[in-house]
Amino acid sequence: MKEQLQKDFDNTIRNLTLSQKDIEIKKFYLDNFINKGFPNRKEEDWKFSDLNQIIKKNIGELSFYSDYTSTNKVDTSAFVDGLEHNKIVFINGRIEKIDFDYEKKDQIEIIDQSETINKFNNYNALSDLNSAFTNKSFKIVVKEGYQLTKPLIIYHTTNSKIWSKNINLRLNFELYENSSLRLIDLFRDTSEKNFLNIFYNFDLKENSILKNYKVDKFENKNIKYSFNNIEQEKNSISETFILSSGSNFCKNEINCNLNGEYSSAFVSGIFSLNNNKHHEIRTIVNHLTENTKSYQLIKSVLEDSSKAVYQGKIFVNSKAQKTDGYQLSKAILLNKDSEFNAKPELEIYADDVKCSHGSASGSLNEDSIFYLMSRGLNYQQSRELLINGFLLDVVEKITDPEVKNLIKNMIGIKE
Amino acid sequence: MDNRQKEIDNLKDYKYGFTTDIENTRAPKGLNEDVIKFISNIKKEPRWMLEFRLKAFERFKQLKEPGWQKPKYPKIDYQDLYYYSAPKSMKDKPKNLDDLDPKLLETYKKLGIPLQEQKRLNGIAVDAVFDSVSVATTFREELTKQGIIFCPISEAIQNHPELVKKYLGSVIPVTDHFFATLNSAVFTDGSFAYIPENVRCPMELSTYFRINASNTGQFERTLIVADKGSYVSYLEGCTAPMRDENQLHAANVELVALDDAEIKYSTVQNWYPGDKDGKGGIYNFVTKRGLCKGKNSKISWTQVETGSAITWKYPSCILKGDNSVGEFYSIAITNNHQKADTGTKMIHLGKNTKSKIISKGISAGFSDMTYRGLVDISSKAANSNNYTQCDSLLMGNKCGAHTVPYIKNKNSESNIAHEATTSKISEEQLHYCQQRGLSAEEAVGLIVNGFCKEVLQQLPMEFAVEAQKLVGISLEGSVG
Repeated sequence: MKEQLQKDFDNTIRNLTLSQKDIEIKKFYLDNFINKGFPNRKEEDWKFSDLNQIIKKNIGELSFYSDYTSTNKVDTSAFVDGLEHNKIVFINGRIEKIDFDYEKKDQIEIIDQSETINKFNNYNALSDLNSAFTNKSFKIVVKEGYQLTKPLIIYHTTNSKIWSKNINLRLNFELYENSSLRLIDLFRDTSEKNFLNIFYNFDLKENSILKNYKVDKFENKNIKYSFNNIEQEKNSISETFILSSGSNFCKNEINCNLNGEYSSAFVSGIFSLNNNKHHEIRTIVNHLTENTKSYQLIKSVLEDSSKAVYQGKIFVNSKAQKTDGYQLSKAILLNKDSEFNAKPELEIYADDVKCSHGSASGSLNEDSIFYLMSRGLNYQQSRELLINGFLLDVVEKITDPEVKNLIKNMIGIKE
Repeated sequence: MDNRQKEIDNLKDYKYGFTTDIENTRAPKGLNEDVIKFISNIKKEPRWMLEFRLKAFERFKQLKEPGWQKPKYPKIDYQDLYYYSAPKSMKDKPKNLDDLDPKLLETYKKLGIPLQEQKRLNGIAVDAVFDSVSVATTFREELTKQGIIFCPISEAIQNHPELVKKYLGSVIPVTDHFFATLNSAVFTDGSFAYIPENVRCPMELSTYFRINASNTGQFERTLIVADKGSYVSYLEGCTAPMRDENQLHAANVELVALDDAEIKYSTVQNWYPGDKDGKGGIYNFVTKRGLCKGKNSKISWTQVETGSAITWKYPSCILKGDNSVGEFYSIAITNNHQKADTGTKMIHLGKNTKSKIISKGISAGFSDMTYRGLVDISSKAANSNNYTQCDSLLMGNKCGAHTVPYIKNKNSESNIAHEATTSKISEEQLHYCQQRGLSAEEAVGLIVNGFCKEVLQQLPMEFAVEAQKLVGISLEGSVG
């Protein structure tokens, strides 16, 4: 892999106009990645999902170079209907379109950061890989007091032009005081066997609100890793919703730092898996100051020989008195080959806190099915009704009505 | 000053911290094949036992010390330890208690464990282990009548080799992890109990461990086998003198329950925890594992962990037999600079297996406490159930309480439920108690005892009283 990395790296650099210093920095990250390699199960964070193995098994040899010189045609028919929205379109990892048509032009600033490397907190091997290979990186700034009138949808589209490729994306968001942003990540893949490595960084200033909805719904054979780092100041709110369903393998990580008082973080997620899919959500909520709050709810429905993993951690440092932290994960295993693994973790150094977690997994309740069948539904209907209700609970946590409806329609959950 | 207060004042300092001045026989310092041969030789062990040890030692040489645990400790120099230490008077084993060195008798008297049978009212058979040897086992005759074997393991190796051969290493194999393997290579003494078919052991069996010599690691090995349809309740207590250096205690405990058998294993662990600044104390790195081998068998662990500088252990149950049950009840209290990383593993292999975990952690002062547990339901363990509850209580903001459960469910017909909470003693509760005339410390004691009640109830009577007191004492000075 090393020669391949080196070669692809040289090709990538050639297409960029970087200063010598930036090339050095990128080289540094490349060397880091070469040293570490893809994470494997020996690392605690990857204990349940051995990415190294998964890539080997599903893709084999990856290539890391993508030719971004030619544009791709944007297929407008793929856009979401019935909801006016702003767009960012990625096709095969290339940014094709940034469009904030519905917003006041002077309130949103888009900064091209491709020529400068901004350091991501050196996190893991995948952030090194990302830093070494991202070719375009943008920062989107929402100005003070501005609340976007329409949601922003980021289309992550891949098509059959790419094969066995590693694609690295990075976006930075900065939300100034009293601003708000609704962001939907929509994955549409017709490609197969690629590895997508996505890093987002959010800076939330005082009183700002971020709502991020990640929807991976369409069946595909790709492997995805997505990392959200969220820094929150006083009174800010972040809401993250993850629908983890379509890809062969997908791992979402949320790292949330509650730096300011009265800041709060909400994470909810649904695993709806079949076949051999293997998905993971890992969350880390760091309560770093007084009076902060976090709430996490993850529900899974697992069919065939699918496997879901939830690793959630609430960290409370000794200054963070009056913390309120909650975490709940529930799973329904529908097949004898399905598997649910959880590691809900609490690490607490302050005494005046209220922290709890719960985790439950098991089969569909036969009594409930019996109840419904005795009222005239057949087995299949009863089962669907129960699963529907089980998942609806999570979708109802979405605070934005427009987006809630959109997502309900997308995954076919009825009220 | 009322009685309770007096009692607490009496007990305020670690009352088991005295040293017995007694002449020792020691193995040469260090860890090598010669030392292992020395131990095997002094115990007059048969050839197969020595081979068992050497095999473990071969394996040990390849293993690396684990480092994933939360409490970190300075590197232990395994060559700088004595692996065998015994009172000189024990060289030729005394025939009865009258021949026993009076100093030893006195030590146990001081610890509140009289070894003379007539003095015991409550009928608990005790095996007393002093450093590396078992010094006395009481009530043996009475037990023999029922066919129960209860003796030091070194004796069992000689007198009941067929049983020991069959079961030793069957739950914790010589190829296990670092500390367990070390124990397999150098273990010195411990207790052996065998309960024959359909016998309900008429009294509690108990082992009392005492570390006396300095610079010595204690590596004892306990093996309990409950044959079909039998029942036994086993207690374990531990203390050590106050010393400035840390001492290693790496024991292995193996339990085997055959069809319809039940083993109840209770521990009140009160090793020396180190002084207020965290100097000295015992490193308690123990491997305890029970195998529910037969159908309908049951193993229940109850532990009250108040001592040790570092406690690092996970008493586990392997539920292999169909319909078998595993239970784990734990109270862990850390104060001052103590650290604990403890919990359990429940491995469900058989059908219809059930397990229950109740863990209560209390941390005060500058201490750090971690619950780490694994519940693993394999794909064959249809219809299995697990319930886990771990609660932590924090006193002050210099201490930490962590919960790290690993939950693996590979069976769609099985259910796992896990709950955990972390909180502190509420002002309202304290106020309520104080309003009714209790001092702040008494109030905390009361509330903490209430918090732990679910676990304390599981302990045999005599132990429950001691444990309740211990809970109060361990938290001394943590209020206000």
